[in-house]
Amino acid sequence: MSETASPKLELGRVGDSTPRIDGVPKVTGEFAYSSDLQAAGMLWGHTVRSPHAHARIVSIDISEAVGMPGVHAVLTHEDVPGEKRYGLEFADQPVLAYERVRYYGEPVALVAAEHPEQARRAAGRIRVEYEPLEPVVDPERATEQDPLHPDRPTMSHGYRDDPRPNVVRSLLIRHGDPEADGEVTVSGVYEVGIQDQAFLGPESGLAVPDGEGGVDVYVATQWLHVDRDQVAPCLNLKPEQVRIHLAGVGGAFGGREDLSMQLHGALLALHTDRPVKIVYNREESFVGHIHRHPAKIWAEHRSTRDGKLVNVRVRILLDGGAYASSSTAVTSNAASFAVGPYAVDNALIESTCVYTNNPPCGAMRGFGAVQVCFAHEAQMDKLAEALDIDPIELRLLNALGPGGSLPTGQKITGTLPVADVIRRAAELDIPEQEELPRDPMRLPGGSGNTTRGEGVRRGVGFAVGFKNIGYSEGFDDYTAARVRLDADGSAEVHCAAAEVGQGVANVILQVARTELGSSDVVLAPHTTATVDSAGSASASRMTWMAAGAVRDACRAALEERQQNGGKAVDVERIYRHPRTTPLDPETGQITGERAHVAYACAAMRVVAEVDVELGLTRVVWIGTAQDVGKAVNPQAVTGQIEGGTAQGLGLALMEEIQTRDGLITNASFTDYLIPTTLDMPPVVSVLIEEAEPDAPYGVKGVGEPPTVVSTAAVVAALRAATGRELTRVPVKPDDIVGL
Amino acid sequence: MRIELQINGEAHEADVWEGESLLFALREQLGFPGSKNACEQGECGSCSVLLDGTLVCSCLVLAAQAEGHEVVTVEGLADDGRLHKVQEAFVAAGAVQCGFCTPGLVVAAADLLKRNVYPSDDDIREALSGNLCRCTGYAKIFDAVRMAAAAL
Repeated sequence: MSETASPKLELGRVGDSTPRIDGVPKVTGEFAYSSDLQAAGMLWGHTVRSPHAHARIVSIDISEAVGMPGVHAVLTHEDVPGEKRYGLEFADQPVLAYERVRYYGEPVALVAAEHPEQARRAAGRIRVEYEPLEPVVDPERATEQDPLHPDRPTMSHGYRDDPRPNVVRSLLIRHGDPEADGEVTVSGVYEVGIQDQAFLGPESGLAVPDGEGGVDVYVATQWLHVDRDQVAPCLNLKPEQVRIHLAGVGGAFGGREDLSMQLHGALLALHTDRPVKIVYNREESFVGHIHRHPAKIWAEHRSTRDGKLVNVRVRILLDGGAYASSSTAVTSNAASFAVGPYAVDNALIESTCVYTNNPPCGAMRGFGAVQVCFAHEAQMDKLAEALDIDPIELRLLNALGPGGSLPTGQKITGTLPVADVIRRAAELDIPEQEELPRDPMRLPGGSGNTTRGEGVRRGVGFAVGFKNIGYSEGFDDYTAARVRLDADGSAEVHCAAAEVGQGVANVILQVARTELGSSDVVLAPHTTATVDSAGSASASRMTWMAAGAVRDACRAALEERQQNGGKAVDVERIYRHPRTTPLDPETGQITGERAHVAYACAAMRVVAEVDVELGLTRVVWIGTAQDVGKAVNPQAVTGQIEGGTAQGLGLALMEEIQTRDGLITNASFTDYLIPTTLDMPPVVSVLIEEAEPDAPYGVKGVGEPPTVVSTAAVVAALRAATGRELTRVPVKPDDIVGL
Repeated sequence: MRIELQINGEAHEADVWEGESLLFALREQLGFPGSKNACEQGECGSCSVLLDGTLVCSCLVLAAQAEGHEVVTVEGLADDGRLHKVQEAFVAAGAVQCGFCTPGLVVAAADLLKRNVYPSDDDIREALSGNLCRCTGYAKIFDAVRMAAAAL
C-alpha cells in the first residue's frame, strides 16, 4: 500500500470555483477506489447471505467448504472474538447471524480464498439449515406482531416509552392547541417507496493484518472513526489497534454510514494473517447497505379562508426494516419537518418507525425530510386549490423565516430565506412548449417511436422544502483538524473528513489557503491514525464542520509559530457547532434553545410533459433557488444541486426497490432504474447567499435540499399535467393512465 | 487459457479462466484498473472500452474473445502524459464528482467526438445514455462534452 499526500491545489480560496483536487487522476483512471486495491499475498473474501427474510438458523455446516481448493478460512458467528453485535447507534445487528436471520441478504458466514471464484464456489458448499418464520412485512401491522428484537435495543435512550412491539422510535409533537379548527380543511394520504442510494462504486475494501494482532482497513466509508469504534469491540481489540483509512469512494449518499465489509474483511484478515479484499457485486450491494425509509403519511391541513395555516396534523409511519441503523434520527427529522417551511401556531405530529423483516433502512440524502416534503407540498397545492389561491402566494403567505418557530418550539435564530427562495424560483423563465411534430428523442418515452405526441400534456409544478444542517438532539458533534506548518511556510493539513465525491477535499484546501495566505498546502491522507474524528460526511454538515476545524487549526498554528519565533509547529484543534439538546419525550418540544443546529431551504419549479395515453413522462426543465449560506466552491455547489435534483427525480419517476415477502426482486441496474442522460433536463440554479451567523464563513450544507424538494416538485408538475392526485412515488405509468 | 492482445498499443498476455470477463482480466490480471465494475450487466457503462475501435462494455466481453484484438482503455487516452481534450474538459467543467462513472464516460465521449465532430445536445444525450452517473445529474458532463468538441 502506498499513500501519498494530495498534489498542491494551485487555485482558489473560499468563494472561488476550483477544479477538483482529484480530478486529473479520476479522468485518467489512476485514482484508486476501494475496489482497485491490491496487496501481496491478498485473498478474496466472500459473504454468505440469508435467502430468507425471517428464519431460525437450525445449523451451519462448513465442513465441505473448508476443504475446497484455494480456501483459507470459513467463518461463522462462533469465530467473532468480541461483541457479537454492532450498530451505528444501537448494537442490534449481528456481525454474522446467530439464532435467526431478520432480513434477506443478512450475512451468515464468510469465506476467504485465493481467487474470488473459489471463494464463491466454497460459499455454495456451506450448508445452512433454516426454519423459515413468518416475516413481518406490513409496517401497519408490525406493532401487533411478535417482536423481532425482544430486548428492545432502542428503548431507554431518552425517547418516548412506547410499549408496542417492534417500535424503533415514536415521537409525538404537540404544538399550541392540536385540536384548533380552521375554516377550510384538506387531507390526504401519501406513500413513498423504498429508494436505494445506488452509488456507482459497490461496497469494497482491503483489510491488512499488521502482524501484531491489529489490522488496517482501507475502505470507502463516510465516517472513519465511527467505523473503528464499531469494528474494534467486535474484534476484541483496542481502538488504536484498528486503523481505518479512506480508500477512493464511488459515491455514498448515506449508504456508507453503516458498516459493510469493514468487520468481515478484518475478521478474515486476522484469521488468515493475509490481506483480504472484499468487493460486492451490484446484486450484493442492494442488500449490502441500508436504504431510504419507505413511508406512509396521513396529513390534514386546516386554514383560515384567506389561506393562513391554523393547524397541521400529520401521522408518519416509517418502515425501518430489520435493524435500527439511524432510524431514530430519521423518525425525528420526519417529524420536525412534517409541516414544511411554514409558520403554524398549532400542530399535532406523530412519527413512528417500526422494525420489520423488510430491507433495513437508514440514511439517504434528505433523511426523513424527503418523505414529508412530498406530502406537505401535495397538501399545500391541494389547499391552494380548495381556497382558489395561487399556490405560490399561499406558500409566501405562510413562509417560515427568522424569528418564526418550528412545531418543536425552536426559534429560527439563523438565516432561513424561505420567502426569498420561493420568489426567486417562481420568477425564473420557463421554456415555451416545443411544437409537434418533433424528434421522438424529445417526447415522453424517448426514442421508442410509439407516438407522435398526440397525448402529450404539459404541467408546471412547484415545491419548497427545508432540512436541518448537522446532527441534532444533543449529539456531541465535532470535527478535528491538524495543521503542520513548516518554517518555510508550507503546510500539511490532516482531517478525517470523508471525501465521497462531494468535494470536501477542495473545501479543506481552500480554507487552509485562505487562512494561511499561502498556496503551499497539501492535504494528508484521510485516516484514523493521525488525527481525531471528523464526524460523518452526512447531514449536509461536512463543509461547515471541516471549514470550522481547519480554520481554527490554521489560526492556532499561525499564532503558535509567531510565539516560537517562526519554528515549525504541529497543532490539532476541535471545532464544535452550537450545542443542541434533546426533544422532550412526552411533548416533542425543545428542552434547551435548540434541537437542530441550523437549516437550509430550497424551492424548485418543474416543467414536465406527460403522455396521458401511454403513461410516460418527460421532465423538460427544472429551475431552483437554494439557500446556500456562502458557496465555498460555487462550481461544486451547482454540481451538488444538479446531482441532488436527479436523485429526487428518480424517486418521483422510477426508483423503487421491489420486495415480495421481504425478498428483494429487482437487485440490479436492469430492474432498478436510475435517471440517465435521457431523463435529466437542464437545471437552472440560483444560489442565495445569506451568511449563516453561527457558521465559519457563513457556509451552509448544500447536498440535501435539492433532493428534498425535487421529488415533490416533479410530481406537482405531473399532477398539473394530468389532473390526477398521484399520492404515491414513484409515479407509475398505470397511475398516470388511471389503470 | 492463455490469451494475447493489444492494450493501448502494446502487446500483453494473460492466463485467464474460461468464464473470466475482459473487465476482470484488465483490472485484476493485466494492470488496467481504470475501467470500473459497477453493474456487471452492461447497464451502467462504467467499464466502457474500445475493442478494435468499437465502444463495448468490457463486463459483457469474455477475456478469451479479446484474443488477438486491440483494446483501448481509459488509461490509453492521454497522449504521452498530455490529457485528451475530453479528459481536460471533464476536469474543467466540474463533470467529475465521485468519479466512478468517469472512466467509462470519458471513453464514450471520446468515441462520440471521433465519430461526430459537431454533436448536437440530443446527439450527446443519446451517445451517453448507456453511461449511468449518480452524482452529477449529467449537466456538467454535457458541458464538458460541448467544451471538448469546441476544443478538438
